[in-house]
Amino acid sequence: MMGPVLRATLLRALVVLLCFGLLAPIVIVAIASFSGDGYLKFPPETFSTRWYARFLGDPRWRQAIANSFMIGIMASVLATLLGFLAAYAMVRASFPFKRVVAALLLTPVIVPHVITAVAIYFLSARLGLVSVRPWIAVAHSLVALPVVLVILQSALRTVDPALERAAMVFGCTRWGVFRRVVLPLALPGVVSAALFAFLTSFDELVISIFLAGFRSETLPVRIWNSLLLEVEPTIAAVSTLLIAVTTLALGIDALLRRRRLGATPAG
Amino acid sequence: MPLKISGAFLLLLPALLLLVALFIVPIGWFLSSSIAELGTWAEIWAEAEDVLLSGAVGRSLVNTGAIGLIVTLLTLVLGYPVSYALSRVRGAAFTAILLCIVLPYFTSTIVRTYAWMVLLGRNGLINQILLGLGLVDEPVNLLYNRTGVIIGMTYVLLPYMVLTLYAAMKAVDPRLMQAAEGMGATPAQVFRRVFMPLTLHGVVAGVLITFILAIGFFVTPALMGGPGEIMVAMLIEREVEITQNWPSAALMTVVLLAVTLTLYAVYSRFAEPGEALR
Repeated sequence: MMGPVLRATLLRALVVLLCFGLLAPIVIVAIASFSGDGYLKFPPETFSTRWYARFLGDPRWRQAIANSFMIGIMASVLATLLGFLAAYAMVRASFPFKRVVAALLLTPVIVPHVITAVAIYFLSARLGLVSVRPWIAVAHSLVALPVVLVILQSALRTVDPALERAAMVFGCTRWGVFRRVVLPLALPGVVSAALFAFLTSFDELVISIFLAGFRSETLPVRIWNSLLLEVEPTIAAVSTLLIAVTTLALGIDALLRRRRLGATPAG
Repeated sequence: MPLKISGAFLLLLPALLLLVALFIVPIGWFLSSSIAELGTWAEIWAEAEDVLLSGAVGRSLVNTGAIGLIVTLLTLVLGYPVSYALSRVRGAAFTAILLCIVLPYFTSTIVRTYAWMVLLGRNGLINQILLGLGLVDEPVNLLYNRTGVIIGMTYVLLPYMVLTLYAAMKAVDPRLMQAAEGMGATPAQVFRRVFMPLTLHGVVAGVLITFILAIGFFVTPALMGGPGEIMVAMLIEREVEITQNWPSAALMTVVLLAVTLTLYAVYSRFAEPGEALR
């Protein structure tokens, strides 16, 4: 038998090791992207920004950055809008088959993306919508919707229905209650949801592979296409940009969450 | 303030429309029209037997199941201690562990796959370490084979397992464990007879969600695997993009979809829908 102290120490060491293993690959790519060597080596012998220069100097990569942001913003707006309405209904109303509707709304993240991608491609090819950016954004909003729903349902649960009732009693219309009570109170959650919807679209690869065509390649699609040929160091610079966007989004979310928790000390 | 059913329906309508127009209708249309191309029911059945039992597809189905199982088990073994620690610590340690899970979780799959391609390459860090320690005499092939696929997929899926397990573990009332200790149970007994049974449903949910995601995986095995690790999702992509054999892609999709949805139905009995998302 191990003593409890030894066991606790071993568990702690194991957890530290695993956490290190989870974080290390991402950190290593970010560091290696600043390498000045001819091929990707870690630790790098010299440092430079040459891979960034090559990345940002290439018009195709620049186009991919623009595509990614454009599609991400459109997808985020659409998913947040639809998701907010649906989340409000899910939190405030009870209706038959609610569990089924809830499970159904989440299926786009469960069904393998390849299946969704092939099916949307099948539809898009017939409608002439392949490589149309707003259409790619609509497709992305489908997979971002479940993410938005989960975040907004939990945000809306913290909005006390009594406040809405009180506003109604004092003569506020439904729209007024929505605009002056629900939306302000749920706002940090809405911003978080929009952020994660953006991130979902920004990082989405499989649907984009099928829908992008040549004209609308996003960053992940460009990475995919070039990785099929070789593991080149420019990708480290591109990856670092994606990691930076994720880190930024998580940072903003953490700040918002602090505010959200600060606003409702009881919950 | 409670909403009427009609109001709820109107609010849900746009989201449901998106779901129908871009998910249910396209999948239904793709499957029905591609399979209808094959002819009568008898012909469809014959073709299904032909395709699904053929060497390449049969092997990929076996591969998919085997890789899915191995990856799921690995994420469970590696994820359990991390989730346990996460459910027991507070303050800065909690934030630190959470960050190590959430940052990879929200980083693009292709970036995480690329990171491991860099680490596992012939001149990569892992080989340098193995050589440096004298464990091997020449670089080991860790990429473009099953080892690479399993390492890559385990890494990508570990956060899903950890977050699902954590949801179950944080719901355990610590007073139950204190009570067991107070009545003379050893830590091992408390773990085995109180904590484990109370978190078992989380383990089932974590295993199901990880397996569901693993069998539909495409990006990581396509980039990190060799010709022996072709998974069914990769074959579906190839049939559509390269050979444009829609009927054959549709038949494989039916199998993958049926397995996924069945497991998802079981999963939703064990977990609140969306638990693993956040």
